[in-house]
Amino acid sequence: MTTAEAPGKMVGKAIKRREDPRLITGQGNYLDDIKLPGMLYAAIVRSPYGHARIKSINADAAKAHPGVVAVITGADIAKEQNPLPCAWAAGGVPNNVNTPRALAVDVVRYVGEGVALVVAEDRYVAHDALDLVEVDYEPLDVVVDAEAATKAGKVQLHENAPNNIVMHWTCGDEQPTAQAIEQAEVVVKQRILNQRLIPTPMETRGYISRYDSATGEYTIWMSSQGPHVMRLLLTAFVLGIPENKMRCIAPDVGGGFGAKIFVYPEMASTLYAAKIVGQPVKWVETRRESCAVTSHGRDHITDLEIAGTKDGKITGLRVHTYANLGAYCSTIAPGVATTLYGRMVAGVYKIPNVFVEVDGVYTNTGMVDAYRGAGRPEAAYVIERALDMFAQKLGMDPAEVRRRNFIQPHEFPYDTGIGMLPYDSGNYEPALDKALKMAGYANFAQEQAAARKQGRLLGMGICSYVEVCGVAPSKWIGLAGQGWGAGLWESANVKVHLTGKVVVTTGSMPHGQGHETSFAQLVSDELGVPYEDVIVEYGDTQGTPFGYGTYGSRSAAVGGTAIFKSVSKIKEKARKLAAHMLEAAEEDIIFENGKASVRGTPDSSKTIQDIALQAHVAYDLPPGMEPYLDETTYYDPPNCTFPFGTHVCLVEIDADTGKVTPLRYIAVDDVGKVINPLIVDGQLHGGIAQGMAQALYEAAVYDDDGQLLTGSLMDYAIPRADMLPHYELDRTETPSPVNPMGVKGAGEAGTIAAAATVSNAVVNALQHLGIQHLDMPYTAEKVWRAIHERNGGNGHVS
Amino acid sequence: MFPNDFEYVAPTTISAAVAVLQANPDAKVLAGGHSLLPAMKLHLANPSMLVDIGKIPELKGIHVNGGVRIGAYTTYRELEMSQELVRRLPILADCAGNVGDPQVRNWGTIGGSVAHADPAADMPAVVLALDATMKAIGPNGERTIAVDDFFVEMLQSALAPDELLTEITIPPMPARMGSAYEKFKHPASGYAIVGVAVMVHLDADGKVSDCRIAVTGAGPKAQRARAAEDLIKGGSDVDSAAQKAGDGLEYLSDMSASEEYRAQLTRVLTRRALHKAMDQAR
Repeated sequence: MTTAEAPGKMVGKAIKRREDPRLITGQGNYLDDIKLPGMLYAAIVRSPYGHARIKSINADAAKAHPGVVAVITGADIAKEQNPLPCAWAAGGVPNNVNTPRALAVDVVRYVGEGVALVVAEDRYVAHDALDLVEVDYEPLDVVVDAEAATKAGKVQLHENAPNNIVMHWTCGDEQPTAQAIEQAEVVVKQRILNQRLIPTPMETRGYISRYDSATGEYTIWMSSQGPHVMRLLLTAFVLGIPENKMRCIAPDVGGGFGAKIFVYPEMASTLYAAKIVGQPVKWVETRRESCAVTSHGRDHITDLEIAGTKDGKITGLRVHTYANLGAYCSTIAPGVATTLYGRMVAGVYKIPNVFVEVDGVYTNTGMVDAYRGAGRPEAAYVIERALDMFAQKLGMDPAEVRRRNFIQPHEFPYDTGIGMLPYDSGNYEPALDKALKMAGYANFAQEQAAARKQGRLLGMGICSYVEVCGVAPSKWIGLAGQGWGAGLWESANVKVHLTGKVVVTTGSMPHGQGHETSFAQLVSDELGVPYEDVIVEYGDTQGTPFGYGTYGSRSAAVGGTAIFKSVSKIKEKARKLAAHMLEAAEEDIIFENGKASVRGTPDSSKTIQDIALQAHVAYDLPPGMEPYLDETTYYDPPNCTFPFGTHVCLVEIDADTGKVTPLRYIAVDDVGKVINPLIVDGQLHGGIAQGMAQALYEAAVYDDDGQLLTGSLMDYAIPRADMLPHYELDRTETPSPVNPMGVKGAGEAGTIAAAATVSNAVVNALQHLGIQHLDMPYTAEKVWRAIHERNGGNGHVS
Repeated sequence: MFPNDFEYVAPTTISAAVAVLQANPDAKVLAGGHSLLPAMKLHLANPSMLVDIGKIPELKGIHVNGGVRIGAYTTYRELEMSQELVRRLPILADCAGNVGDPQVRNWGTIGGSVAHADPAADMPAVVLALDATMKAIGPNGERTIAVDDFFVEMLQSALAPDELLTEITIPPMPARMGSAYEKFKHPASGYAIVGVAVMVHLDADGKVSDCRIAVTGAGPKAQRARAAEDLIKGGSDVDSAAQKAGDGLEYLSDMSASEEYRAQLTRVLTRRALHKAMDQAR
């Protein structure tokens, strides 16, 4: 790696991640690498039923099993703990929020819900003893489909939620939208499904809880995207103890994709167990548990209507969605299905009339919450599929229809009128043009026609997306606004030690994003110190400022700005101290490239290292100045950021088998200013893979009894490298005016665009057969059936 | 992810292994373990004892001499990398190279695969198409089992619980022989939703003198597609014969694929495999 670069040149450089040597050579410190003296192991008895009353639990045989230390039930824990909190009830509507407990009490409502916790001397003994816990269940009726769950006569999951409805939420204007649709020249209606997904981080969840009976303090190590928030939720809501009685530590975290934002039952149950047994208790999720009980994503049933003129102007969009939230409300689930989804359905277009209704629904399935993109992939899927169907009906080029409806560059900040914050900045057409050029779009229709003559089915799909990230101004997102139960600012502390080395402590919580590298690049430039002299710390609530964590592509825009501002404060103090050291007037000192110098006499200067030394030893500070360069910022953003771009995918479909092969994938993204292009590309690669995976491979499937049929990676198809194409990436750069670096965010962009892009490509390949829409995932059989049925269904190999 | 308690033994001779199996009716043979161990971790199999046959030298090896003899404990990787097989019987090397991933291929064995009789495994189709003979040793000594009698039911071969599969023999390969395996993978497991193995012999005039077509994945066990075989042997063209490949088979219908789709894949893959095999034979 380049180390001798002059300061001032790190931002924008594609340097390799400094985290990687440790992580890829097995020297990382993940949750399961941690072993504490006297540590015991927990395993969990889980419901085999989708819905059942627990008549009795007999743990005698398990307790008598050699090596078993304790067996804990939900009734035990309920005496000391509250149910888990839901931190984001959707704003402005009554919510029938029901949340899970550490372990179920009386009733289980989905397969995998925890019923008892076995604590044993080793992991194998704990698992052996699971079979010895006798639970007598009385099975109850089950409902897994969100729409069906709202119908009369269906089993009710929670007494306080009639028709299993968590919330009925709307945004936009109902009457004008209805009118626009009624009067439109062209209307397309379609039901589209956005199937349920299983997040599948490489590292499953895990927790180690420890209780110190001398001080009454808990420590919990957790594979988490937000240890500070977990401390808040666990202490204030679940355990009812002061925040200063708990320390949360997130070590290296092997991916989360949103699923590790949340407070989970196993955090609470291991905390309880650690106190009862007086020894630390470790629980690490198996892959099957991860599939069943770590929160899922998506699962929308949507009816959409898009209306417009014959010349391709969109005049109205009406959307109704059943959002399946599972058996309980996970930590932020209602907000994901509303604010982050409904308020983004207008996409990159000027649509005068939009109305969105969302019914959040309880079903006997695992909980659904934020998963990479969290609402925005669902929104992009709605508007981008709708746009293609609209273009198809008009017989117009879908790229041209996009152009005719784009929000124009001079119209920013742009308010879509459906309750989202104004889009900060954007320039949508150049990204579209670039992507189409890279894809050879101009010639594609000809190629497609020629290929069809040879019996080959090619399809090219476009998605022009916008997303909201850098969440979020606390006043807007908070209780009086969108219903989020706290702020969404971020903290940063920056210290310059006497040696000139810099320690940055961020409240964000990387779990694969490379903050140690990109934040060090940022600080290196802003403070003018060598990149190697900056280290970035995170993940421990002890002695560090509260932070909200990493999700919603917020770390650079919000966490990065907090760092930027702390560095600015340090520079300001350094300037004052330099003025004193150089016996110059403060207003004559310029701080640049790590040096404070007197304007007009550059030889008269002090380096940041000189200044840091003086600040620390404090032999000669100006009157009233405190020692040390140590500054903290709590930064609440004035707006979110709105990255955008256009993706294009080329697919080929084998008509004989229905197999869809993605041949090319082109992505032109505008994530604002880029701190580290290599990291941004990596984030896009991973994000695109996840979006393509939804379109082509992944689907969580429950049967009517609530059994998860895709409960392992033998059934749930995570793509391997050979199932995805090479990605062709490029960028446009429209700085965000929201923050001083001009960054927007890149963590979710790929996922948000890719599912819709591939969908549009697949339907494009089949539209000559009269196909307007197919639901994801495009499994070979589904696509073969679609072709086969329209070819007369004679079973002949074509 | 955590198997129940079990004992583990690793005999070094076939007779010792058979004796252990005979004495422990609950024991299972452990070869590469890539089907058995995952099943144990999911508690789908709970043997009280594993008899590891990996320490028995005579169970390993590929011997090409007219026909081919393959020791039951020969790994996919060894099959894939065998230059003699690549030259003489490429279908075996091809098929082995498409099983699972490198870890699976380094451990998984041909004997383990056929003895396990997984309905979606690749090797059963290939040995069935190649008209192999299975050699087994039990308490009463050695016997051979024709491959047509070997696959009995889903996950059940003709082996007795105390019998050990020791060797798989492929008969001598005449000139103008062609063979091919075509597989449609499940996107998650990589197992065959359907796999079709084809072997054809041509006579001096280029007419088909023999043809065996074996289908895995479609039904509960590897099966011959006899209707298509008969058509090919009767001089039919490949496309017409392939159109009948799915006829008369037993089918599974599950979340991975319906019966109708499995029949379609059987037709398509048979056509593709037949074309390859015929090209190779010519």
